[in-house]
Amino acid sequence: MEKILITLNINDKPCEVMVYPNDTLLEVLRDELDLTGSKESCGEGVCGSCTIHMDDKPVRSCLTLAMEATGTKIKTVEGLAKGDELSSLQQSFVDHGAVQCGFCTPGMLMSADALLKINSKPDEKTVRKAIAGNICRCTGYTKIVKAVAHAGNSQDHCPDCITFSKAKE
Amino acid sequence: MSKSNSDFSVVGKRIPKLDAAQKAMGRAEYIQDIKLPGMLYGRILYSKYAHANIVKIDTSKAVALSGVHAVLTGEDVPEKMKMGFIKDNPPIKKGKVCSFRDEVAAVAAISPEIAKKALDLIEIEYEEQIGIFDPEKAMEKDSPLVHGHLKSNVLKMPWDIHYGDVEKAEKESAFVVEDRFTTQWVTHCCLGTSGAIALFDANDNLTIHTNTQIPSLAQKDFLESLKAMGLENKRVRVIKPIIGGGFGSKLDTYAYEHIAILLAHKCRKPVKIAFDRVEEFKATSTRQPTIIYIKQGCDKNGKLTFRDMRMVLDNGAHTSWGATTPSVMLMPISSLYRVENVKYVAKCVYTNNTYSQAMRGYGNPQATFAIESSMDMLAEKAGIDRIEIRRINRNQSGDETPQGLKITTCGLEECIDAVEKELKFDGKNEKGVGTGIASLIHVGGGARIYGSDGCGAILKMDDYGKVDVFTGGTDMGQGLDNIIAQIVAEELGLLAEDINVVHSDTDICPWDVGAHASRSTFVAGNAALGAAKKVKQKIQKFASKLFDVPAEKIEFKDKLVFVPGDQEKSMPLGKLLRKAHFSPGGTMLMAEYFYDPDNQNMGKELKGNMSMTYSFGAHGAKVKVDEETGKVEVLEYVAAHDVGRAINPLLLEGQVYGGVVMGLGYALTEEVTVKDGEIMNANFRDYKLFTAKDAVKIKAPIIETDDKDGPFGAKGIGEPGCVPTAPAIANAIYDAVGVRIKDLPITPEKVLVALKKKND
Ligand code: FES
Ligand code: FES
Repeated sequence: MEKILITLNINDKPCEVMVYPNDTLLEVLRDELDLTGSKESCGEGVCGSCTIHMDDKPVRSCLTLAMEATGTKIKTVEGLAKGDELSSLQQSFVDHGAVQCGFCTPGMLMSADALLKINSKPDEKTVRKAIAGNICRCTGYTKIVKAVAHAGNSQDHCPDCITFSKAKE
Repeated sequence: MSKSNSDFSVVGKRIPKLDAAQKAMGRAEYIQDIKLPGMLYGRILYSKYAHANIVKIDTSKAVALSGVHAVLTGEDVPEKMKMGFIKDNPPIKKGKVCSFRDEVAAVAAISPEIAKKALDLIEIEYEEQIGIFDPEKAMEKDSPLVHGHLKSNVLKMPWDIHYGDVEKAEKESAFVVEDRFTTQWVTHCCLGTSGAIALFDANDNLTIHTNTQIPSLAQKDFLESLKAMGLENKRVRVIKPIIGGGFGSKLDTYAYEHIAILLAHKCRKPVKIAFDRVEEFKATSTRQPTIIYIKQGCDKNGKLTFRDMRMVLDNGAHTSWGATTPSVMLMPISSLYRVENVKYVAKCVYTNNTYSQAMRGYGNPQATFAIESSMDMLAEKAGIDRIEIRRINRNQSGDETPQGLKITTCGLEECIDAVEKELKFDGKNEKGVGTGIASLIHVGGGARIYGSDGCGAILKMDDYGKVDVFTGGTDMGQGLDNIIAQIVAEELGLLAEDINVVHSDTDICPWDVGAHASRSTFVAGNAALGAAKKVKQKIQKFASKLFDVPAEKIEFKDKLVFVPGDQEKSMPLGKLLRKAHFSPGGTMLMAEYFYDPDNQNMGKELKGNMSMTYSFGAHGAKVKVDEETGKVEVLEYVAAHDVGRAINPLLLEGQVYGGVVMGLGYALTEEVTVKDGEIMNANFRDYKLFTAKDAVKIKAPIIETDDKDGPFGAKGIGEPGCVPTAPAIANAIYDAVGVRIKDLPITPEKVLVALKKKND
């Protein structure tokens, strides 16, 4: 098998990379492009740690061939923040204590971000459904669900919607 | 008078985890993300049989494969290189394998793919032996032996305990219940799989990046390995990257770490071994499965008279910390509720199954499942309300239990009240719906399992009023970094973000026994607090000259050092520090502190106050059982805990929620299915973890009892969340449909069989 040169559009930048036809997108992101934010936890499409966006839809990059991704718009967790400024969803994860070990976090964020794109004020049930394919062993999901629901819809009674920076004042 | 949370400025605040933003941006580096120049990839070949002799190994084809740098078999492992606390487990086996998980060869190659290919080229001839997989059968006299050189499969362990007089108490009891319970293999399922990178410098000193909860003890294990390799007086540096979950899985060193060391030494290059999910399931350890016989009784008023428990634990083929879980099981057995007469016998038995490790709760979930199920059975037999029987027998502050545990503060009653307030226990639920309750006791102030239960802290003030704290403690996602930052910030009048917590690099950080036994907040917290107090005194001494007032008049708040009531005598901490550093004969402000709690090792009589304080809790569940399918749905869940003081309620809730859902999995869905020693469901599709869709919203009332020994009154709370979950669910199912499931996990099939039996 021979490597071929492809161009991927990742986080709004074109990237040229040599790949084997059977390389997964996850392998190429992590090993060739050093975008290690996307995680591998199962490698077979069950845990959701490797979730990225292809044309705004959540996709498991461990099940996607890099070749299939040419001509699409790919977004990884590295593309959520603007420089060092967290997206409101990321900030909500931080403020609500939705991050513990953090291994599931990139995939969770990408699944949640895709949901918020089509439904900016999801209720709890909708959030739970949208992230049902993302396993987290640390948090029991409660805070993740809250973080997603409150990201587009912060709540007065929620002690964690008062962000860290406000709490400092 | 005890302090209330409003007396604090940083302690008690919901401060987000300090590394959360880095993790949310995908910038945190886990072992999977680390690549070193020239790094090779190691891979391990495991046994094809549960029990067999190795007749011949031929590695020549693997050695000849291009890109392969080294191939190891048991022959290459030094005789004295062994793992486990009784050193019964070489990292690669020679001559004989005793479980499917036994390592038989390993390779290092320039890519993971080549390493894998090389393993396929290794030819091994085995001669299969009869395996033994049932621990009760393995105890029989004529059972085949797992280890031929031993006389019996039963490990030499001291667990034969009798406090008071159980026989007499049984005779005098008004009501007695007796039953058998069993618990399954479950596993940690850390989302970040295991991995290590080992490398040697030119002088044969080792650096190992590894996922560990015990940097200092791992260092000792690796030093022993070096010694076995003939590398005496060498240095070992253990660096723990950010880890994707611990839960007890990283409390021992594993074969892959020692193999990475052997390969790195042989190749003179960094060698990384990283597991995939299948390997994670097959080659890391489980929670100890148990067979539990319990008998307990009460008098006519419901007061417990005695508890008699006997347990058989499947040790698997080798020994790790799983074999010592009876020491922690003894705690709930002797001390959950007031009971004077207690008997406990536990036997750990070698089988050809996988071997067990520590896992969140360390034996407590198994023991509490039996005790709390049996409490409900006893209440029913005695005709006493199930909440009432728990209130009657509740532990109380000031108690000393038969094991010698000294209960300094106890909020169990308040926890029970909190659960009762949230859920209905009047039996008036709709059909198929029921409620259940179960309580817990756990070590909350360290646990003296080794000679030391200590942790060191070094605290260094910089020039700008910020602090570096070097702790022996380990953060693995639970939030120890925050806890330490908040404690130090509180003491020095700073913000949590002014504190940089450095952990888990043995070249820099002081010694610690490890992140286990819910001990980090208490022990590492007290160590950091001790160092902060020391440095504070030094600063006060310096400032007292500057301000010309007695040192004890000087206070710290809002980044200022000041004398209350005297506006002239006030200075930003940073400025004061610069003065200290820059004045002639300058002084550097730093301090070190080693905190080793005044708790006790259990002596020969197996008595002793193993922890400085104990955490308590009560869990309540409301479930709905579908009588057609047997499916159990959790409708509501309340988990109330006495935590001493919540240093950070945001993170504390996270520990409770995560613990509860792990406990729900234990209760209802999770099981490593093992057939003749072989794991049949080594993937996330067949090993059923709770997803966001299955999990419920959990209420977590926090009871603060302000423990006198805890840092700002805090107790440990890492494990309790998953301790009484299974019995709370089992009791709720009984309340709902009148069947008692005594075998975990409570699958729909088991519920259906029980319902059928009941209705026949
Ligand atoms: S790694 Fe892709 S779904 Fe698990
Ligand atoms: S935060 Fe650890 S797996 Fe989700």
